[in-house]
Amino acid sequence: MELNFELIQGAIPLLLAGAGITLEITAMSVGFGLLIGMIIGVARLASVKPVRYAANFYVDFIRGTPLLVQIFLVYFALPTIIGQRIDPFFAAICACSINSGAYIAEIFRAGIQSIDKGQMEAGRSLGMTWYQTMRYVIMPQAFKRIIPPLGNEFIAMLKDSSLVSVIGFEELTRRGQLIIARTYASFEIWLAVAVIYLIMTFTVARLVGLMERRFDTK
Amino acid sequence: MTTEMIKITGLKKNYGSLEVLKGIDLTIAEKEVVVIIGPSGSGKSTLLRCMNYLEEPTEGTIVVDGIKLDGEANINEVRKEVGMVFQRFNLFPHMTVLDNLVLAPMKVRGISRKDAEATAMELLGKVGLSDKASSYPDQLSGGQQQRVAIARALAMKPKALLFDEPTSALDPEMIKEVLDVMKTLANEGMTMVVVTHEMGFAREVGDRVLFVDEGRILEQGAPDDIFLHAKEERTRSFLSKIL
Repeated sequence: MELNFELIQGAIPLLLAGAGITLEITAMSVGFGLLIGMIIGVARLASVKPVRYAANFYVDFIRGTPLLVQIFLVYFALPTIIGQRIDPFFAAICACSINSGAYIAEIFRAGIQSIDKGQMEAGRSLGMTWYQTMRYVIMPQAFKRIIPPLGNEFIAMLKDSSLVSVIGFEELTRRGQLIIARTYASFEIWLAVAVIYLIMTFTVARLVGLMERRFDTK
Repeated sequence: MTTEMIKITGLKKNYGSLEVLKGIDLTIAEKEVVVIIGPSGSGKSTLLRCMNYLEEPTEGTIVVDGIKLDGEANINEVRKEVGMVFQRFNLFPHMTVLDNLVLAPMKVRGISRKDAEATAMELLGKVGLSDKASSYPDQLSGGQQQRVAIARALAMKPKALLFDEPTSALDPEMIKEVLDVMKTLANEGMTMVVVTHEMGFAREVGDRVLFVDEGRILEQGAPDDIFLHAKEERTRSFLSKIL
């Protein structure tokens, strides 16, 4: 079997543009996921039971169902309720953010719980409110500890975002499919797609490693 | 008699079915130094932690500086005025010593950074750590960390200080430097409640010693009355084990 390099070369610009979109959707999803995750993660530690139960349900539901099904729910099921078609880009970001939020909530919860409870007591006994102590004492310390798992979540989302290709959203994987439909060069193109994913995940892992060391030295 | 700083009536604290405090009545006057001693598990730390509501009492009332502790707003009011020093220091490890001292005055009292830093530097001088302002807590020895923790509590300009076994986590050679700072504070008229096993400190600095056993104040009095002429057998047996 021989590789047709000319074909790969021709496909590269299109694939790279797709990779850009993959990065964009991953960054946006993890970004929104961070916001959701911070709120839900704290809610899982709330003393008010209904708040805690709601947060637990969200996390259990998302982590207990496939992302692919969640994407279908947002893209196909939601429009029948609101009576309006949803843009694939919006659906992709929506599903991936909600998904990421659940995993990041767990990361935040574990990060917050890993901080010695004497820190909250010290903050509170100085007269600071719960929120102030969270904001200035607990979260800055928790953030440092959750950088590595957050990096892992980013890498996982980078790969899992390939699933949004099923709703026709043209990120890296979908671009590969479309090129193959035209050229029938499935081996070359899938190999190229895999290598591009690998380069992205490897680079992100390195960046996270760098950040970790930077934060470690204060 | 001078004014009351802390007044506790009928204080009870349960953890589930376990009764930790079984009815405590205690009045602490302004400028008084009260030392609480007793075996471990007697409830002495719980009693101290109820005074700023780190532990919520099951029953009873606590009035600090005329403010009755109940709602959340009230609690923060009282905590501004009552500092606490912990066994394990609980400094904020991600901040410099100086930032540890200015955080609460800026966020709670709304003092400007400039003024807060001036006060902080003054207090660091007082505890003998002026040169450590830009260090991080983990660069300091245990004794130095505890002195910073005392300075941090003082930065809020509290009316009273609570000490929860402040020297129990320290290496022996560092205990004195912390006790010396506490003695200075006592001499300056700070109202202090100290849970400790340092009997030398209790005798020298305490105005009153409380012996707490099984959730009750079993005996109290001037240091010499307790250490030399304890009336209760339990007190005598406890003291004979640790002196």
